Amino acid sequence: MRALSVILALLGAPALAEPLTVKGSDTLVGLVQRWAASAMKEDAALEVQVTGGGSGTGLAALENGSTDVAMSSRPISDRERERLIARYGAPPREVAVARDGVAFFVNAENPVRALTLAQLRALFLGDVSRWSDVGGPDRLVVLYTRENSSGTYAFVRERLLENEEFAPRAQPLPGTGAVVNAVSRERWGLGFGGAAFARRVATLGIQVGERAIHPTPEAVRDGSYPLARDLYFYLPPEPSPAARRFLDFVLSDRAQAQARAAGFFSLR
Amino acid sequence: MTSQRRHALSRVFGGLTGAAAALILLGLAVILIDAVGGGWAALSWRFFTEGPGEDFTQGGIFPALYGTAVLTLLMTVAVLPFGVATAVYLHEYARPAGRLARLVRAAIHNLAGVPSIVFGLFGLGFFVHTVGGSLDAAAGGGLTYAQPGLLWAALTLAVLTLPVVIVATEEALRAVPQELRLASLALGATRAQTLMRVTLPGALPGILTGAVLAVSRGAGEVAPVLLTGVAFFMPELPDSLASEFMHLGYHTYVLATQAPDVDAARPMLYGTVLVLLALTFLLNLLAVVLRSRARRRLSA
Amino acid sequence: MPDRVLPVPHPRRLLQGGSRARPRGALTDKLVELAVTAAAFVGIAAVVLILLFIAKEALPLFLDPAQRSDASLAKLFLPQPWRTGQPDALIWQPVSQVPKVSVVPLLLGTLKVSSVAVALAVPVGVAAALFSSEFAPRWLRELLKPVVELLAGVPSVVLGFFALTTLATALQDSFELPYRLNALLAGVAMSLAIVPIVFTVAEDAFTTVPGTWREASFALGGTRWETAVRVVLPAAAPGVLGACVLAFGRAAGETMIVLMASGNAALVSGSIVDPARTVAATIAAEMGEVVVGGMHYSLLFFLGVLLFIFNLVLNATAGAWVRARVRRREGAGAP
Repeated sequence: MRALSVILALLGAPALAEPLTVKGSDTLVGLVQRWAASAMKEDAALEVQVTGGGSGTGLAALENGSTDVAMSSRPISDRERERLIARYGAPPREVAVARDGVAFFVNAENPVRALTLAQLRALFLGDVSRWSDVGGPDRLVVLYTRENSSGTYAFVRERLLENEEFAPRAQPLPGTGAVVNAVSRERWGLGFGGAAFARRVATLGIQVGERAIHPTPEAVRDGSYPLARDLYFYLPPEPSPAARRFLDFVLSDRAQAQARAAGFFSLR
Repeated sequence: MTSQRRHALSRVFGGLTGAAAALILLGLAVILIDAVGGGWAALSWRFFTEGPGEDFTQGGIFPALYGTAVLTLLMTVAVLPFGVATAVYLHEYARPAGRLARLVRAAIHNLAGVPSIVFGLFGLGFFVHTVGGSLDAAAGGGLTYAQPGLLWAALTLAVLTLPVVIVATEEALRAVPQELRLASLALGATRAQTLMRVTLPGALPGILTGAVLAVSRGAGEVAPVLLTGVAFFMPELPDSLASEFMHLGYHTYVLATQAPDVDAARPMLYGTVLVLLALTFLLNLLAVVLRSRARRRLSA
Repeated sequence: MPDRVLPVPHPRRLLQGGSRARPRGALTDKLVELAVTAAAFVGIAAVVLILLFIAKEALPLFLDPAQRSDASLAKLFLPQPWRTGQPDALIWQPVSQVPKVSVVPLLLGTLKVSSVAVALAVPVGVAAALFSSEFAPRWLRELLKPVVELLAGVPSVVLGFFALTTLATALQDSFELPYRLNALLAGVAMSLAIVPIVFTVAEDAFTTVPGTWREASFALGGTRWETAVRVVLPAAAPGVLGACVLAFGRAAGETMIVLMASGNAALVSGSIVDPARTVAATIAAEMGEVVVGGMHYSLLFFLGVLLFIFNLVLNATAGAWVRARVRRREGAGAP
């Protein structure tokens, strides 16, 4: 048995220390990859490996013990928290690492430029299904949403739909990039995702009274944009030294400047 | 109806079936032209030797090429002995109508029809959680093998490609003339000697054909590796059998659906598709050539 | 059909005689035979283990009380409440405060996409096979077969990519479809994946029809087309049916094409231009995120069991048809 375990250790464990694994939210994965690259440049002993898959995936991996840090674009659910307590004996450590505004995307040719939260809610619930119902042309609204592991999906369902289900017609896509791409090709499409991803699509303003509020840095930071959110790291109650070092870097001014450069919003 | 009219009709309808055949060729041609037209410009030395850069818009696909190569190599090592041995059993040892032979044939036939995503589920449930879990327990806790990785993905693909190897090997064994075996036996060789020195060498090109077809299949199958060890992005090459890995087929899927800016990643996407297509086509052509050479050699 | 090329006794018999005469080689001989026979069990073991292990992971769905209440048979197959003020419906939304786990939209989506694919691939594949065996000159046939093999070798993720980037726009523009990604698009792309199967199996069936039957038809004054349709096609009908069944099975289990092209909305709708979510694509899209051992995890394995059994039944059916054809041919007695 001893020999077997030695062989297994040789096969399984690389010569160097295990890399720090960070897994979860697709919203965060690009930014955290940049952070990882800079952190590894500053700290030669640090090795960070970043993979996506969605917030649910990251938190499930944290529970399964297959990642050191879970990235999440939503606060942890009660169920997940309980399961992590059962796994680690104490609540996980939650750290907000950046801020994001969930933007709604339409095709650049769509004349609709702002909608109220109630209109968006009615559209995504499927209560109304044509652009003419919200002041546009008489065309079917092609709804895009995200796969159900996505933190963005959970966030929009909670904050916009008040935990009702998305209309079954809504097409789930595997990433925000896919949503933006789909809307840029589908003339009457409507989708959502991190404001940082908007390319070749128009970002809807949210109509509050007379004002259409866009997800600008100011509006996201001061909270006047209604669908802003914090993005989190979840770590075990006793994080490894490598995880602590990486976390320190992420909260540094340099890292937060990188977040702004990547189109996110910094915490300060 | 006059005979002339009937023959004219025959030509018309015959022509229609020809049009159906042409339609199939057209489908293949359109895909090829699309891939070559879109991907040609992306090919460069860097594309083959570097990893994907920031946001998948620059760099190359080296880690995916490397991962695919290691994966299919491991798969081939795992599948060949069992596939060849099974074919040898079926063709050289079993009574053709024996119960066990019929059972084995039925099993292979069904295995070939199992959807690839089900192989993924099997790999996850059996190799990762059951075998990997026991290995980790044997190694004294920790989490090394009870998670998706290279070895488990390769073994899953080995099960998936088992029928490919068996069918090709059996065909090759069938093509070895019976007289050769009888001559060997008449000269006093044992069955094992006949198998090792006469039958298997004679069938070697056919066995290679099977291996090549299996590799071609393994390089393009995404669904099974999706659940058993493929990674979205890895800064380092896999350094152990338990590492996750990048894969050409999955990389195509990722670039097509999950790149942060799909339009900007388009050249990389088309380049990857072109490489994947060229790889599978070359392997399939190689199989065709091997097979026809084997036929010629044996008939000569 | 193998093994009987030459009128010689099966080597087994000869060989057993041989091994008795040479005691020194006998042990190696026995060992090789043992090893080879043991290896043959791997194929059987694989099929059994696949079913066993996916069923094992699905089992908690029926045994674990919590899972059984979250995903009871009624919740899996019958309309359930989902929103206040709305009639009960068949909803697939397994990640939710109250998971909604109706598999009906998934089965329907699978059926829709596969039907489109089969409806397109069967006429084209059968006609092309007929062309290859009855009309084409030899050189063209020799060219056609490897080309079809090449198409069969195109990875499904490449077909999915082609559907998503090129075909989607072409289809939407030419038919003014409301949805860019839909069941029709996925079905069209999938037909490219299954047309080689239809072609190969049908062509095989056509070429086993004895040449004398064709000659008899020609001698009676039948044209090529009449011979093809009235003699060859009926004689090969079970084989062609087998081809359709195999193609349907392959389409139902295909993952990447639908994942990329079908739009993946779990809709209960009869329209083929609506998006559709299939069983296989659901497993691929959702397996990455689930907690091992949870209800969602078991449920996805349950979907895998459904797919496995469905394909097993289709394979057995197709196999029986093909065998029936061979037997009848042998019974009818060639010339």
